[in-house]
Formats: sequence, structure tokens, C-alpha cells
Amino acid sequence: MWQILLNRFKQGYRTIPYPKSVPSFPKRYRGRPVDVKGEVNLGELLFNEEAPKGDFTYSQDHRLAVSKKEDLILKDNEIKLARALDEKTKRLFGRSLKLRQVCAGGCSGCEAELQVMNINVFDLGRFGIQFVASPRHADGLVITGPVTKNMELALKKTYEATPHPKIVIAVGSCAISGGPFRGSSEIRHGADQVVPVDLYIPGCPPHPLTILDGLLRVLDKLDKH
Amino acid sequence: MSFEKFYVHNGQSWPLEQVPVMDEASFRREILKSCETGGRLVNLFGYHAQDKNLYLCAVIGMDQEGKLSVFAARMPGGQVHFESLTPVLPQAHLFEREIAEQFGIIIQGHPWLKPVRSHQDYSFYEIRSEETHEVAVGPVHAGIIEPGHFRFQCHGEEILNLEIQLGWQHRGVEKMMAEISLERAMLVAESIAGDTVIGHGTAFCNIIEALSDTEVPLQAEMIRIIALELERLANHVGDMGALSTDIGFLPVSAYFGRLRGEFLNLSMELCGSRFGRSLCRPGGVLFSLGPEMIEDFRRRLLKAQKDFMEIAELFFSTSSVLSRLESTGRISRQTAEELGLVGPAARSCDLERDVRTDYAFGMFRFQHIPVSTVVSGDVYARALIRRLEAQRSIEFLLEALDQIPSGELLKKPSALKPSHMALSLVEGWRGEIAHVAITDAQSRLMRYKVKDPSFNNWIALSLAVRGAQISDFPLCNKSFNLSYAGHDL
Repeated sequence: MWQILLNRFKQGYRTIPYPKSVPSFPKRYRGRPVDVKGEVNLGELLFNEEAPKGDFTYSQDHRLAVSKKEDLILKDNEIKLARALDEKTKRLFGRSLKLRQVCAGGCSGCEAELQVMNINVFDLGRFGIQFVASPRHADGLVITGPVTKNMELALKKTYEATPHPKIVIAVGSCAISGGPFRGSSEIRHGADQVVPVDLYIPGCPPHPLTILDGLLRVLDKLDKH
Repeated sequence: MSFEKFYVHNGQSWPLEQVPVMDEASFRREILKSCETGGRLVNLFGYHAQDKNLYLCAVIGMDQEGKLSVFAARMPGGQVHFESLTPVLPQAHLFEREIAEQFGIIIQGHPWLKPVRSHQDYSFYEIRSEETHEVAVGPVHAGIIEPGHFRFQCHGEEILNLEIQLGWQHRGVEKMMAEISLERAMLVAESIAGDTVIGHGTAFCNIIEALSDTEVPLQAEMIRIIALELERLANHVGDMGALSTDIGFLPVSAYFGRLRGEFLNLSMELCGSRFGRSLCRPGGVLFSLGPEMIEDFRRRLLKAQKDFMEIAELFFSTSSVLSRLESTGRISRQTAEELGLVGPAARSCDLERDVRTDYAFGMFRFQHIPVSTVVSGDVYARALIRRLEAQRSIEFLLEALDQIPSGELLKKPSALKPSHMALSLVEGWRGEIAHVAITDAQSRLMRYKVKDPSFNNWIALSLAVRGAQISDFPLCNKSFNLSYAGHDL
């Protein structure tokens, strides 16, 4: 027991003060595209190093979540970030949002970044958001992966099993557009081909803070901190 | 019929016509003979050659000698039958099921020729009795994990049989690889399994480099294996955290969880992605590791090393942890050998199998990481092997940071050679990743075969829980932590 206490003392307090302050990202981190010539589709972008080809540059800005599919297309440096839920839904979910995660062909990159939000560094629980074990307990779904044909039925059933009103969040390029697997005959190209989506969080995979930013944005919790 | 053995080494390409081709019976005999004399089935797959004929190709690894032998069989046209190897060579079971599914070959005498990734017309194994019951889980699970279906046949709490049905994640990776540009194929390779980006990424790069005779700059080789070991560390440490969670030892679970992030963040420092995306590219790497970054890495690794030692010590010196882990989900050495397990799952059953040593690739040809093994084959052994390997990886990284060669980072590969075959093995954190590619006469990829270590190891989970309690399943599952996406492709 003493050893556990000693370790606890040594490990200290690890939760980052987000959103009060945003930790700095490394120089090579590839965030929101800026200096866009023409247009960039955030939903199809894999945030790979060679993607820009002179058409844009990556910034350090981690905020990427949008509410509408058309907002994914960046035409200049303005991004229309996700808007808050309407008052009625916000009253329902604002202080307690239970989410059910469905991996529908995700490579486990996005899943790992969602999982990591539960650890003490990000501590999702302090915002009243929690991942639950059953769609019947959930207020919404978080979908990752391009939705493989083999997962389509399971995803539909999970959606139907979630009580109304519900929100659906698509996390990662795959869940938005099929990602690297675009063109494959074994997939549907994104979650909104199967169920209606309320929030798109681009990235391959998105950084945990990108996901957190999106969630706090729809719950209208960013300004209050 | 006798033939001269054709040996290749890891990361080599060779003209397709050099592969010895035999009839089906000799092919079968040759596989069995090789596996009786110390060989192991690294890969067994089918491909349609440009002459429209269907071929089966076997890659046998002679682990002790570090040799890989390749041979093929030309299958007759029309309805094709193949006499199953599985009854005498259990490690062939899933390879044969895959071949049956991909090419419609009838595998005669296979004990259980069920689909691998398709879900059509399949009824599950059942035990009919008034005293048994069935528990079905998935594909949508309770946690944030990938989809798979698990069906337990139980007598009370005792698991009589666990049937694992996968395929939910099937995205058509192999088919895509042969249809898209190499630039896109690189991005798909990085997404075969999102926690093994460097492992599969390196394997793909090695294939392209072999097929184009590209000499990778040493600096790039070094940065690749540094990233590979960082990937191993992040996942091993994460797995130990997941085991702690399942036992209910929450402080240690939180510490390991945080520590995993330290390694992921090092990877983000190096290439902008926590999972190593955009680092490996055919011909080298896209990012350098300069003197300032090396100093920063060393400082952070030393800190992580100290933390890891302390947390691991706390985990392994707690008697309630040991009593939960020991003797749970045991796999015997013999079973592991028969099933052809790879990676930490094999090494925790006292099998000394490690691609980094047996078929050294990249910088491992010059730098060596000692192979760790544990004898007991239970969950404890699979936890301990992660601790040992993580320790060795940190030590290796600290040394490697001092020895990064100078020079180029990337040498653009030239065009691929026509009608060639290439093989690349990489020891990912789960074990042996094997990629094989064949080009056609126009130098395009016409067959790309991916084997994730999970493909070898899923069956071990079924056997580990046989006779155990249902409540042991989560622990056993975490102790293997296999990839669904890597299996389903």
C-alpha cells in the first residue's frame, strides 16, 4: 500500500488545463490547412505530409470540427467551425452526454484516440461526457471507419437502438468520406451514407484535442471555461 | 519429383520465373517436409498469373537458419480441389480457409472450412444440451474497440468453446493495393492496422524498394527502426495499462495510460502524427532527427524509462495482480508451435521467434536487440514479455540515438521491375508482418498479399480460454490484444 501511495505522489496531477489553455503542438504537427489556393476538402484530406502540393500549408491549429458536410470544404482561410446544439437539445445533453462508439471498419487509429480521452490527461468525464457500453444508454453515437459492407447492418441496428433525440458524430476521414479506402468496393463511403450525421471531426486520425474541441463546441462549453 | 530449393532473404525481389513450380501433390509434400525439419509456414496464398492460371505459393521460414524458401504449385483449370494440410499441419488452417474464400478452391478434408471475412450462409457452431448455454458478443462491443463476433458455448461459468468470427472490418485492402497508384497504396498500407502504422508502412516500403532495387540511405533505415521501437513501446505499455484496467488496478492503469502517450508524443514530435503516419515512404523517410531533437528525445526517454521501471515494478510486485495473471489462459509451447504463433504471443510460450533477429531487416542487420522469452505461456507471461521487450526497446533507443548515420533521408525509387516477386518481413509489436508482392509484365502490382501477425494468433485466444471462466475472457483478450483490421484487411 505504501508503494502505491508513494507512486501516486510521484506521478502527480496530470490532467491538462484544456480548454483554459491549449498545449503547444510540435512543429511538425499537421493541423488545419491555411493559405488555401482553390479548395481543400477536410473530409477527404488524410493530413499526410505530401498532400499540400503547394495548394495549402498545414498550421498548428487543432480545431477542425464542423456541423455540415459543405463546411468541410475550405475555400480560403475561414473555417465555419461546428455550432452549438439548439437550446432544447443543449438542455438535455449539455451537462451529461453519453456516447456509444461504433467502429465500422476503422483501422483502430481513431478508436485509440477516442479511448485515450478517458485517461487522466484529457479526462473526458470532467465535461460530463462519457462513453457507455450500450446504445440503449446513449444520447448519441460516435462512428469511426468508412462503414464496411459487413458492418452496415450492425451500425443501422445500433442507431435504431439509441433512443431519440440523439446526435451522431463521425470521427476521422474514413467515417466522413471513406478516407484512404475511398473507391473500394467493400465499403460505403462514410457514416452519413447510412445514418444522418450531426458533427464531422476530420483527421487521420484526429488528435484527441481536435475531438474534444468538437464535442465541447456542440455542447457550447468552450466559452464558459 | 525433386527440385532445387529456392531460398530468398528478407527484403529481396526475384524474377517470378525463378520460383520453383510443381504439381499439387509435390507442393503439399514439400510444405510438410519443410515443416517437419524446422520450417514454419510464413505465408500460403493464391494468385492468378498473367497466363490466367491459378497458383498457390508457399513461403517457409527456417527460423534457426534465417532462410526463407519459396515455391509454388500450378493448379489445374476448372473446378479446383486441394487436399487440406490442416489435419497434419494445423498452422495451415486459416491460410487454407482464406484461399478457399478468395479463389473458390475446394479444400478437401479441412476440419472446419468456414468463411474468413464473408458472412454469407454461415451458421455457428452449436452445442445442444439442456445444461449448456450460449453467450454471443459483438460485433458492436461494450468498449471502444473494433468489431468482432465472439460466441461462447458454456457449461455454467466454464467455457467449452469460443468461436471467433471476424471479417466485419474487411475493407478490401489487398484488392485495392493492386488497383491504385503507389502513392495511394502507401497511405492504405499505413491504414491496414492503425496501431501498426510503422510496421506495415515499413513492410510496404521494403517491398517497393526491393522491386525497384533502391538502396535506402542508412539514416532513413535508422529513423525507421527508431519509430518502429517507439511504436512497440507505446503499444506494449498501453497493453499493460489495459491489463491493469481489467484487473481493476486503476492507479497503475492510469500511469501506464499516461506513459503510453509519452511515446506517442515522441512519434508526433518526429513526424507530426502520434501513430507515425507520413514517416516511412518508399526510398527512405520524410523527416530527419536532428541534434536538438535527439537531445530532447534522450531526455524524455530517460524520464519515461525511470517511470516505466517504477510502474512496472509496482504492477509485478503486487500479489493480487500476480494471482490474477498466473495460470490464466495458458498456451503450451507445443500448441504455440503447432499453431504457428508469432511475436510476443509465441515468445511468451518459450518460442524464440523474432524477425528482428531471425530475418534481420533494415538497420537490424547492424544493430541487435536481444530476444526475450518467457516460459509459462499464460497471461502473466504475456504481460511479462511486454515488460521485458519494452525495457529492451528503451535501452536500444537510447543507444540508437547516438548512432544515427548522416547522409540522405530519401532516395526516390525508380520504376518497378516487371514479372518479379518480393517479400518483406517486419517484426511489428504484435509479431511477424509479412507482405508479398508480384508485378506483372507491365511492372504493375498484380497481387499484393498482406499477413498481419493477428492472422496467426487469433486462434490462440480461442484455445487460451477453453476450460477457463467467462470472466477470464477480457483478460485473455487484452493479453493478446490482436488486430481486427489487420486480420480482416
